[in-house]
Amino acid sequence: MNVAQASKLQSGAEAMPDKGTCLNLYSRMLLIRRAEECLARLSQEGKFPGAVHLYIGQEAVAVGVCSTLEARDWITSTHRGHGHFLAKGGELKSMYAEIWGRADGICRGMGGSMHVADFSKGILGANGIVGGGFAIATGAAFGAKLRADGRVAVCFFGDGAANQGVFMESMNVSSAWELPTIFVCENNGLSEFTVSSTVTGGALVDRARAFMPTTIVDGNDVLAVRAATEKAVARARSGKGPSYIECITYRIRGHLEAEEAFLAGGKYRTAPEIAAWQTPERDPVSRFESFLGRQGMADAAVLSAIQQEVADSVEKAVAHAEAGEPADTKLAYSLMFAGQEA
Amino acid sequence: MSRKRYIQAINEALFEEMERDENVILIGEDVELAIFGDARGLYERFGRNRIRNTPICEATLTGMALGATAAGYHVILHMMFANFVYTGFDAIANQIAKMRLMTGGQIEIPITFIAGYGGGGSNAAQHSDSAHPVLMNLGGINVAMPSNSADAKGLLKTAIRSRNPCFFLEASARGGQMGEVPDGEHLVPFGKAAIARAGTDVSIVTVGSTVRTCLDAAQTLAEAGIEAEVIDLRTVVPLDEDAVLASIARTGRLVVVDESRDRCGAGSYIAAIAADKGFKSLKAPVKRVNIPNVAIPYAPGAEAEVLPSVEKIVAAVNQIGARRRAA
Repeated sequence: MNVAQASKLQSGAEAMPDKGTCLNLYSRMLLIRRAEECLARLSQEGKFPGAVHLYIGQEAVAVGVCSTLEARDWITSTHRGHGHFLAKGGELKSMYAEIWGRADGICRGMGGSMHVADFSKGILGANGIVGGGFAIATGAAFGAKLRADGRVAVCFFGDGAANQGVFMESMNVSSAWELPTIFVCENNGLSEFTVSSTVTGGALVDRARAFMPTTIVDGNDVLAVRAATEKAVARARSGKGPSYIECITYRIRGHLEAEEAFLAGGKYRTAPEIAAWQTPERDPVSRFESFLGRQGMADAAVLSAIQQEVADSVEKAVAHAEAGEPADTKLAYSLMFAGQEA
Repeated sequence: MSRKRYIQAINEALFEEMERDENVILIGEDVELAIFGDARGLYERFGRNRIRNTPICEATLTGMALGATAAGYHVILHMMFANFVYTGFDAIANQIAKMRLMTGGQIEIPITFIAGYGGGGSNAAQHSDSAHPVLMNLGGINVAMPSNSADAKGLLKTAIRSRNPCFFLEASARGGQMGEVPDGEHLVPFGKAAIARAGTDVSIVTVGSTVRTCLDAAQTLAEAGIEAEVIDLRTVVPLDEDAVLASIARTGRLVVVDESRDRCGAGSYIAAIAADKGFKSLKAPVKRVNIPNVAIPYAPGAEAEVLPSVEKIVAAVNQIGARRRAA
């Protein structure tokens, strides 16, 4: 879906949350944006060891969805997982420390960017396998169904992952057993370095429609994402089963940072296409910022205070990660099994 | 003690552990009707919330087992045949075997996989594999391979009480085999090999389906005056290296017998350990009796040709010159 089509999707402004919630949505999106801009810069400077896959441009999806969840609910994430991690309540400092390969990283330096996880907060991990979260989310939802405890499991995945067979399998199980699984497709039109439409038959939503209620929303409109998720969560909690939400969005950065090195002059998209998704009307953060102003929820002083707070946390997190101790080089031997050496 | 079939012992372990812990659930294809016999009666006793037929989608089932641990369950996933490990392999290899490390030890992963393995029944190539070598190579998965009724019960109970992912591989051809099982609570620890038969002239190290074959071979050898020691490893992860090395220190000769293909197989790995750590004890080359690098054929004669047998084991022992020791 291009910008013009995405712009015709219904706005989420009708289901207006209160001012406090709106300011939280804004500050959480801004935190993800600034944290990732910083990673983009420091990646180029070689400040940390591995690759990072940045979420810039898609912040409204993670934040809109997670704003409807409780701490006890679960999410599974993707290789582009920093936004999901932060939106579900993960701590920026420990995420950065992880990316820097530090002993006090959230995964003690054993996972890195592609595996940030905090099970205590229901974050069942970013995942380096495209489509790796489908079955894990479905299994967690199965557990919730058996316990009848009202918890829900959200599976974030991309349009690239929707071409994996486990997508169909997981929707089938979730539907057959009315599991509280919420399938959130972040359709950014790209499958790594390939334009998804060149490798995809039919419309993704039609695949889901065979199994469960579906909706397509403007994934750059945090309120639209939130409103759709609220419905899905209510349905899941009440035992009625899974839902599919497709969020039309766009990835601004490359598949991974420094992708030019891999592309070696090759291209899979154009600069104007990227720019069309970065206008103030399209960009999820700036459009919500204007919206808050128009609604009288935040004047320049309020916004500037939030911006300052976010900038401070990013700065502190970098300092923390830079100063951290390297991960324990022998830890792997004792972590493969619980109570058993590898 | 009471005499029970191998498959009955497994069934007993499932009953006892599901009675003991209500967080243990068993799912898989056709488990409600207990097609393999090992789950017989469980559905009637525990109901659909704890015993459940699944769709035929191994790639999702293995991942679901992991997801359900987040809700505090210990999933027993019955995968029917070990060949289906391959269809469900992504979540086994990329998620379950790695998730504890990748998360810095945030979680324990209590999952028990059950799968029948091995040839001998004309089940042909896609239902006769022994998948333990690929599982051994993953790092984060325990692999138990009981050879008899008592171990079948004891190892499965240990697996279900464990906080780690474990494959419990049932020797398909041994389901009806009778054996003594201790009465009452019976647990067999992982990583402790058993001396299935003591001997002085040659060590035969084996596991699971081929232990019986090795004991038969040892009997034949004894009649020819050669006393073979048969070591039953019981689990290949963890592997009781000390038991292997202690045995070859006693005998000086080693034949490894294993129902997996030779190339990077379990037997080949054990032979490598012996060459590395037991070299001083060895008086002859280490011999391997396993499966050639072929798929298992269907026709009975062609299948028997590639499986370990008494004749092949005896021939291997004779090749390395095991003789009765001078008195």
